[in-house]
Amino acid sequence: MHEDYITLAKPFIQATQHVISTMAFVQATPGKPYVKKGLTAPGDVSAIIGFTGDRNGTMALSFTKKCAIFILKNMLGDDIQDIVQDIKETVGELTNMISGQSRANLSQMGINLQASIPTIILGDNHTIEHMKQCTIVTTPFNTSSGDFFVEFSLEQLA
Amino acid sequence: MKIGDIKILVVDDFSTMRKIIKSMLRRVGIKSIDDAEDGKIALSYLKSKPYNLIILDWNMPNMSGLDLLRSIKSDETLKNVPVLMVTSEAKESQVIIAVQAGASSYIVKPFTEATLIKKLCTILKIEVQT
Repeated sequence: MHEDYITLAKPFIQATQHVISTMAFVQATPGKPYVKKGLTAPGDVSAIIGFTGDRNGTMALSFTKKCAIFILKNMLGDDIQDIVQDIKETVGELTNMISGQSRANLSQMGINLQASIPTIILGDNHTIEHMKQCTIVTTPFNTSSGDFFVEFSLEQLA
Repeated sequence: MKIGDIKILVVDDFSTMRKIIKSMLRRVGIKSIDDAEDGKIALSYLKSKPYNLIILDWNMPNMSGLDLLRSIKSDETLKNVPVLMVTSEAKESQVIIAVQAGASSYIVKPFTEATLIKKLCTILKIEVQT
């Protein structure tokens, strides 16, 4: 993998660990970033957010069912009313926060981005529509209750 | 002002965040908390009862938090209600925009309960045991 991918993955990894530990009190251990082939989501529930600014791009968060439920319970405790709706909202809001922190980290590297409102996608074998013709970089994260994934694509990475 | 007498309106389009913020506030003894999912509902609450503080999300569809803040600050009956802006945007330029629009303070998501309560205490000039 080209070194630039790793450099660009770091702001997303740092942001993800910070957001998940602060909001869900969960330690998420990152694996090695890799270039993703195809558009199929690695998880069962995902959210994607678009970037504009110095570069166009996307960022997505994708949770396995087990991990999504674990994170949701840690965040809301007994306050879960509709588990499907609560999971969708939680994944969307976590994506917002990781996007914000990642973009703050990226701005220190001279890349200034604005973000859209997240779109949430649910279901087996769903796809995540990243930037066409752009390399998609996926970083897996492990928790004590399953895995989740952070993906990004940015123009000029093709 | 006693902590139990404080009335707070939480405005955020994501129910998860509203629940988390309300839980944080309840744990320090704040009992009177309303929540709204958008600016229109928030304004109807604000017109119907008094609040000591509004905790307001920046990024909301239709009426953004900044638009709602400007509406509040241009309303003679509401302009003195302090507003704590909450956002996922960690850029300093946004802090400046929020303060210029009349926000009392600003907090970046993700935040801890201690950070939220510290901001609240500073704005309302009270002390809370956490």
